[in-house]
Amino acid sequence: MSAVSPGLAAWGLMSGVAMVNSGMSATEAVAMTLLVFAGSSQLAAVPLIAASAPVWVILATSFCVNLRFVVFSAHLRSYVMHLPRPLRLLTGYVTTDMTYVLFVRRFDHPPVDVAQRRAQLAYLWGGSSLNWASWQASSLLGIALAQWIPMSWGLGFAGILALIGVTCSLASTRMRRLSAGVAGAAAVAAFALPFKLNIVVAIAAAVALCLLLESPATPDRRPAE
Amino acid sequence: MSGPGTDWWTLVVIVSLAVVTVVTRGFFFISSRPWQLPHWAQRGLQYAPIAALAAVIAPELVMTQGHLITSWQNARLFGAAAGAAFYFWRRGAGQAVLGTIVIGIAVYLPLHLGLGW
Repeated sequence: MSAVSPGLAAWGLMSGVAMVNSGMSATEAVAMTLLVFAGSSQLAAVPLIAASAPVWVILATSFCVNLRFVVFSAHLRSYVMHLPRPLRLLTGYVTTDMTYVLFVRRFDHPPVDVAQRRAQLAYLWGGSSLNWASWQASSLLGIALAQWIPMSWGLGFAGILALIGVTCSLASTRMRRLSAGVAGAAAVAAFALPFKLNIVVAIAAAVALCLLLESPATPDRRPAE
Repeated sequence: MSGPGTDWWTLVVIVSLAVVTVVTRGFFFISSRPWQLPHWAQRGLQYAPIAALAAVIAPELVMTQGHLITSWQNARLFGAAAGAAFYFWRRGAGQAVLGTIVIGIAVYLPLHLGLGW
């Protein structure tokens, strides 16, 4: 976990700067980093908030950006179900991409006895604490320094670059790359829609097309055009 | 320089976004009973995150003020291409996302500040 902390810290710094450069007040940016604690969701929401998009569109976008966590939680379920629900949810809340990836790489199987439960939780919480501290410290530093970084430098672009990096890390299959291409093109083509609905339309179009195209073996598949 | 004011609408959105974080990260931890998503939804889940990110990114790269850019002399395009190229070159090396930001900015800033692209 300590090996990835510098990268995380740099990303946190950039997202702090990006939030303030998008026009958020320092209070809003601090509240966002402390409460939301999800870099890509924050960076995706920031331009929508700046554009005064309706709340449901912002939340739907953030939910979709976070959908990978839904998949992670399905995977982690058997590791944490021995905990009471509030503690499960707290564990989920602090488990970011990096913590998840490192955790499941280290522990192939859910715990079978008390000692394993303890060891796994210790690793998960140790990693998450380090992760949380380095993210929050660097984000707050970014928010503080953003005052001295002029808007004209266009450093908000760092936020977009961070999203590009995460997108690249998700682009592991041909169908996912297709999904990205379709969604990107649809978001541009439908840009004139009000309320940033182009993003919702783009996600729906990409997911629908990928589901339609993915497996030739699916019995009820309609013939493609 | 004093920053822009804080408004309640934004704070409500921020708290709602925090709820989204909790709900998505702990989605399958909420119910104590075993249950499953429909099969098509499970398959659809794997395409949605990258679609959401691409939908946010693409207009930021190729549009200004709601119109398609008409010139290739755009620092964002080169920054994004350099960042993505770096990612695929260094994929699996641990700091690929960090490198994407650093290389992208290193290409973007000179073009943007130096040449005014």
